[in-house]
Amino acid sequence: MSFTMKVSLAFAGLAFASGAALAQKQPVIGLITKTETNPFFVKMKEGAQAEAKKMGAKLMTASGKKDGDTASQITAIETMTAAGVKTILITSTGDAIIPAVKKAQEKGVQVIALDSPFEGADALYATDNYKAGILIGEYAKAALGATPAKIAMLDLFPGHPVGAQRHNGFMKGFGLAANDAKSNDLSKTAETVCAGDTDGNQAKGQTAMENCLQKNPDINVVYTINEPAAAGAYNALKKAGKEKGVIIVSVDGGCAGVKDVSKGVIAATSQQYPLKMAAMGVAAGVEYAKTGKKATGYVDTGVTLIANKMIKGVDAKDVKTGTELCWGKA
Amino acid sequence: MTTQTSSPWAAVPWAALGPWIALLLASAFFASQSDRFLTGENLSLVLQQVMVVGVLAIGQTLIILTAGIDLSCGMVMALGGIVMTKFATELGLHPALAMVCGIAITCLFGLVNGLLVTKVKLPAFIVTLGTMNIAFAVTQIYSEAQTVNDLPPMLTALGQTFSIGSTEVAWGTCLMIILYALVWRALVDTAPGRHVYAVGNNAEAARLSGISVDKVLIGVYVLAGFFYGLAAVLSVARTGVGDPQAGQTENLDAITAVVLGGTSLFGGRGILLGSLVGAIIVGVFRNGLTLMGVASVYQTLITGILVILAVTADQMSRKGSR
Repeated sequence: MSFTMKVSLAFAGLAFASGAALAQKQPVIGLITKTETNPFFVKMKEGAQAEAKKMGAKLMTASGKKDGDTASQITAIETMTAAGVKTILITSTGDAIIPAVKKAQEKGVQVIALDSPFEGADALYATDNYKAGILIGEYAKAALGATPAKIAMLDLFPGHPVGAQRHNGFMKGFGLAANDAKSNDLSKTAETVCAGDTDGNQAKGQTAMENCLQKNPDINVVYTINEPAAAGAYNALKKAGKEKGVIIVSVDGGCAGVKDVSKGVIAATSQQYPLKMAAMGVAAGVEYAKTGKKATGYVDTGVTLIANKMIKGVDAKDVKTGTELCWGKA
Repeated sequence: MTTQTSSPWAAVPWAALGPWIALLLASAFFASQSDRFLTGENLSLVLQQVMVVGVLAIGQTLIILTAGIDLSCGMVMALGGIVMTKFATELGLHPALAMVCGIAITCLFGLVNGLLVTKVKLPAFIVTLGTMNIAFAVTQIYSEAQTVNDLPPMLTALGQTFSIGSTEVAWGTCLMIILYALVWRALVDTAPGRHVYAVGNNAEAARLSGISVDKVLIGVYVLAGFFYGLAAVLSVARTGVGDPQAGQTENLDAITAVVLGGTSLFGGRGILLGSLVGAIIVGVFRNGLTLMGVASVYQTLITGILVILAVTADQMSRKGSR
């Protein structure tokens, strides 16, 4: 055995030993978000950091470059596993990450899904998006009253489970025939007179709403996948001189969206809580490091209906509450 | 065919007429499917929906005519939009000055692209791949991925409409059409315009005939940046916000519009107005399919098929003219 080989082996042994020592002393938890910059994930990261500090854990973070960037997330899973992380919290940006997750789990890593579900995660901490849809559906129905509904559905893009759950939940809450929470297909009835994809983007939301108004100028309810899409829909209605008397509902509860609720742009929105998802994930990571017990199942991190006007019979919170709990800049 | 290849009219009829035929067929089809399609209101709306991509496509056409390509156009536009809206709201700059700053940034990106292509002799594809990422990242960092709201009215003025009869027409649509007319004439009737075609056709031959190829290329990239800046103005005016997520689909849509419009990706051949038709085709499918209640993924499918057809037509006409 040559000298250099002995030295490098000794070094490797040392590194291994210190790594193991570190793992015993301080649990290391990895957080992988969809993007680095989206305020929702910024808030999630803040929540994870605060909780990790409180519980004496070390947090490693990584993210995709943009929504749908599964390659970067896979790389992050591999890197974190190699670095000795024992729990990975991940907001999946697509099912392409599943094989990498399986490999990490085989090496004893606990993988918890935050916000977006995927097959094979040890546990899921997320908003019940179907319920988020039901809440705004019920509100829209109550706000519309006896008037026959003509609904525009401004969706995310085809095939995304969160998009389908909110869409179908809304229809269920509105009292229309709708697929259940497991379905990935978007329901359609005579009342949903128009549907368009927005990518959750304001400009595309505006274009979709403009085209829907061409198809049916009498639209009186607008379901939107998120608040930027809702802002775009409002812009289209305003340009057509129809912003009054059309009920726009949405999901998210970001500060900009809550502000739009206060201005009456959005009638009501279902607010979700990224901070809570992250905090619960970190706690589960610390628990696993201490006891070796993995988290399981699904925990609903809660959703609250934030409305501009309170309607009798619909349980909602006002803008003030929404502002206290929102994320991002107004 | 004995037409000079340096003439912009050298495009063989199929490549030049193809986009118009596709647009007419699509329009006739949608008119037969929905009685709302051919209303003035609806058509005006389609033009408003394509004005951003349309103006991006002017810059993109200039670059593709020189046998280059610009992958950064949409991201550079997004940065321009964020700069002008943040400067106007947070720094309190006069809206006109803020617009100028936004356009200056997009021109600067054009200059960087142009210098790297000419002086460092890097392929346009790679250069603009780099600047696309840089522009995207800077946009996200500077805006903190937050939409910029509460804009002064002047920034959204071009999104306002005026009436011709019962039809509401946006000022931005007019600007787009005027820009197309001006740049089209400049390409056909002026020496610098013809130099753009000459460089795209055969850079070496252009150099030997006394054209400063580098100057033409740098000029084209800066000018393209200028048009991305104007597209940013239109995008801000249309949505009423500075949107850090803007431009992500427009990036490739602009290239799609140019290709659908019959401009050759090999450079030197194409008619600018084709790019406008190309942009409108995409808008017509999006609008028409919504009116029919068909899922928008079919728009993407049809666009893909049309792109292949357009490039095939170009390739066949190149073989024919050899």
